[in-house]
Amino acid sequence: MNEFLQQLINGLSLGAVYALIALGYTMVYGVLRFINFAHGDVFMVGAFAGMYFGRWLKPHLVGWPEWLFAGLILLLVMVACAALGGLVERLAYKPLREKPRLTVLITAIGVSLLLEYTGQLIFGAAPRGFPSLLTSAPIAGLGGLHVSNIQMIVLGVTAALLMCLHYIVMRTRMGLAMRALSLNPTAASLMGVNNSVVISFTFGLGSALAGAGAVFYASLYQAIDPFMGVLPGMKAFVAAVLGGIGSLPGAMVGGLILGVIETLVVGYSQVLGVPPGYRDAVAFVILILILLFKPSGLFGKTLKEKV
Amino acid sequence: MLPLLGVFACKKSPDAGSLDVIPVGEFASLTGATASFGQSSHKGTQMAIDEVNAAGGVLGKKLKLITEDDQSRPGEAATVVRKMLSRDKIVALLGEVASSRSLEAAPLCQQAGIPMISPASTNPKVTEVGDFVFRVCFIDPFQGTVLSKFALSKGWKKVAVLTDVKQDYSVGLSQYFKKHFTANGGEIVGEQSYSSGDKDFKAQLTAIKGSQPDAVVASGYYTETGLISLQARELQVNAPLLGGDGWDSPSLVEVGGKAIEGSFFSNHFSVEDPAPAIQGFLKKYRTKFGAEPDAMSALGYDSAMILVDAMKRAGTSEGPKLKAAIASTKDFAAVTGKITLNAERNADKSAVMLEVKGGQFRYVETVAP
Amino acid sequence: MGARSGFLAAVLAAFVISGLFTGHPEAAWPLAQLDDYLLNILILAGINVVLATSLNIVNGHTGQFSLGHAGFMAVGAYGSAALTQINGKACLAALSFLGPCAQGGLFVCALLFGAALAALAGLAVGLPSLRLRGDYLAIVTLGFGEIIRVVFQNTEAVGGARGLTGIPPQTTLGWTWAVAALCIYCVSALVNSTYGRGFLAVRDDEIAAEAMGINPTRYKVTAFVVGAFFAGLAGALYAHLIGYISPEGFTFLKSVDVVVMVILGGMGSTVGVAFAAVGLTVLNELLRQAEQYRMVAFSLLLIVLMITRPQGLLGGMGRFFSRKGGNP
Repeated sequence: MNEFLQQLINGLSLGAVYALIALGYTMVYGVLRFINFAHGDVFMVGAFAGMYFGRWLKPHLVGWPEWLFAGLILLLVMVACAALGGLVERLAYKPLREKPRLTVLITAIGVSLLLEYTGQLIFGAAPRGFPSLLTSAPIAGLGGLHVSNIQMIVLGVTAALLMCLHYIVMRTRMGLAMRALSLNPTAASLMGVNNSVVISFTFGLGSALAGAGAVFYASLYQAIDPFMGVLPGMKAFVAAVLGGIGSLPGAMVGGLILGVIETLVVGYSQVLGVPPGYRDAVAFVILILILLFKPSGLFGKTLKEKV
Repeated sequence: MLPLLGVFACKKSPDAGSLDVIPVGEFASLTGATASFGQSSHKGTQMAIDEVNAAGGVLGKKLKLITEDDQSRPGEAATVVRKMLSRDKIVALLGEVASSRSLEAAPLCQQAGIPMISPASTNPKVTEVGDFVFRVCFIDPFQGTVLSKFALSKGWKKVAVLTDVKQDYSVGLSQYFKKHFTANGGEIVGEQSYSSGDKDFKAQLTAIKGSQPDAVVASGYYTETGLISLQARELQVNAPLLGGDGWDSPSLVEVGGKAIEGSFFSNHFSVEDPAPAIQGFLKKYRTKFGAEPDAMSALGYDSAMILVDAMKRAGTSEGPKLKAAIASTKDFAAVTGKITLNAERNADKSAVMLEVKGGQFRYVETVAP
Repeated sequence: MGARSGFLAAVLAAFVISGLFTGHPEAAWPLAQLDDYLLNILILAGINVVLATSLNIVNGHTGQFSLGHAGFMAVGAYGSAALTQINGKACLAALSFLGPCAQGGLFVCALLFGAALAALAGLAVGLPSLRLRGDYLAIVTLGFGEIIRVVFQNTEAVGGARGLTGIPPQTTLGWTWAVAALCIYCVSALVNSTYGRGFLAVRDDEIAAEAMGINPTRYKVTAFVVGAFFAGLAGALYAHLIGYISPEGFTFLKSVDVVVMVILGGMGSTVGVAFAAVGLTVLNELLRQAEQYRMVAFSLLLIVLMITRPQGLLGGMGRFFSRKGGNP
């Protein structure tokens, strides 16, 4: 039983990171109806930004308490990723607003490859160590269970970010504009919504969440490389589809479920008769099953294709 | 398309057929995913060739090292080796570290009758390709046996195995470890696997923790091993980790930090070994590159030196005679130990066990074949 | 249509003949001056032509988007090696009645067997993917490609991660370009036929096509199956060129390579894509020293192309060859 609970905790902390990345996919999809393939690579750039910020600032901010320093890095990375996301949107996607979806998709793949290979050129292909921002310490008093403070912080901050996001989307004028745009872009612009600004803002917000996800992921796993965004990016996409693409709580729940399923499949591979080598296939099998049987996901709305 | 063909047709190598240099080919992964291995072995090889040339060359001629980068990509190795064989008219080929890419090149060398010496491909299949293919490192079965012997000598009876199923090297090492370990009274209490590139090993480690092993064999490369050690300690899996020469990189300590302390791995040589061959190599390497050599550089160096030694003994650089001379290499005092090439064209030599201590790889013992 | 297919048939015949009658490629007269390296590049170029034109049926003509081409290639490679390497002796014995042609006969059987298996895989991927469009389809095909790779990686019978060695190196220039010519011919004949107009209709407007009595499902599945068949052939040729295959050779990045060829050549332009495949193969060799910048340059080119010239660098070239000039 203890082992099962431990696996559940492992899965949830992995899932929290998937959830953060999935939120970015879902937001962009909600507004633009397209999958930003480069999202996972913005996540990668965020991790490297965190590494460099951490190294540069550490000597200058010696007296700072650890949590404040970590918070500052988190904030800086989120800003950097938001800027990168906004830039990518302006340069690559904006000129294609009226073009067929396939053209935009290919551009997104192009941006993704560009970030990966430029990253490889600048950072090298070998994995690098991520500076530990917080001292990892086990939380005592849980019986035989091992939970680190970082895992708890990741879960906590993820929940807090989700609430902030919910507030922005539901309670602010920008959020209202985002929802209007997602419902009908033409009508929204007739009602005085500046579509361009809203789209850029959405991209920035989604990328900032990817940046936060990157800092958490790198803090949990401590090794980063230029291709680190590919698999988490794809799995986060699966999480977004699982939860119902376009739905914020859906992305969150989808991420957590995917993290738990993946961990359980690997942890109980001998019981299930599935070699753990199939781990990466699990996410894709889930994706295919969902798209076949419930394409709208757990929380999504079914949209009829219009002629 | 025709003008493009013209470009290729005109690019004949000026060295083809010229008599004052001996062209030796080398292929390595200088860029891409396993660039660190390729760059290390290349530095060692280059140093050996420079040294030989500085001392007057071989057979009255200078050696010319022609290096091609296979970009760590499948398929590229075959292309660049064909290029060197047909364009540069190389007399022998040195490379690769990764067995998968050596396996692409080996049939080409065999067919062309050009000897090939791999510095560090440990998959037994490489030299099985034919009698022109050699290696200067030990092979997976031997390394697996070494690890198993070491574990048994430490009194570890219950061992869990964690394999990287994406790497042929790791799969082989785990397989031969299990074979020897179970045949000699050990018990494998848990078998888990992952794929290179994974970052989360907690599921596997939690399952391993339940079986309470005395040690955990992590047979993959250093890239994941550092992370595995961190997550193992976090989950209070405190058994020492045990691995092979794929651990040999400073980045293991950079990522693993304190968590990897007290773990053991087998390697080709130790920088702490006082043997003059090793200390001389260390000194030259530090002067030339300003860095510490790793096992790949030492093996790269040895592969070139064994080739040169064979050329001297054969008195020619002709394929079949050179091949025979390489095959008869006996007790060659190389950096990575005394090398004798056996009937299967593999190096019979000992391995060393190293312990990670204070961020350094400390010598523990030598395990003879 | 007539002049074009006549030309293609002549090319095809020439290559088939040279393919059948040259055990050693050097024996054929025009190839006498080629050294092994150049020959290898030409063979790789041919394999890439097959890969790119076959992906073009799906991504170009039918307007779907597949990112799993490397998966089908893997099925073809492993499938053909199953006959020539894993069960090589038994198969050769079964074909012994062919006498001296047994080796060649087995090779042809292996090519077809690998391709047929790949076509089956194409059917398996095509059927469930029908409900999906654009970006969803891209991710699902990518997922299928990865699943195929992971399955090979975990199957000890085909060598697992260690790969399969000792595949007889039987791929020659003649065979490769015979397959390439066959592939180009089949694709253009299929797309330019009355039946094939349906592919373009599905690409241009699926709903309108359905209203006109075209069954989009059937066309999409056909595109996937034909595309996978030729990708399987390419995989089989590749396996018998290198002599060694491992799951590492068929990753997502291999699929991306092929996608880049199709996009640069111009989606839906058979001739453009074939030229792009040859051009990129050759360019890869010429720019070997600048490898690290290769993918950076290609990805930038991809973005700039999509913004300024979505029909591809060579798109529209088909018009010079097609009297109808209908398919850009």
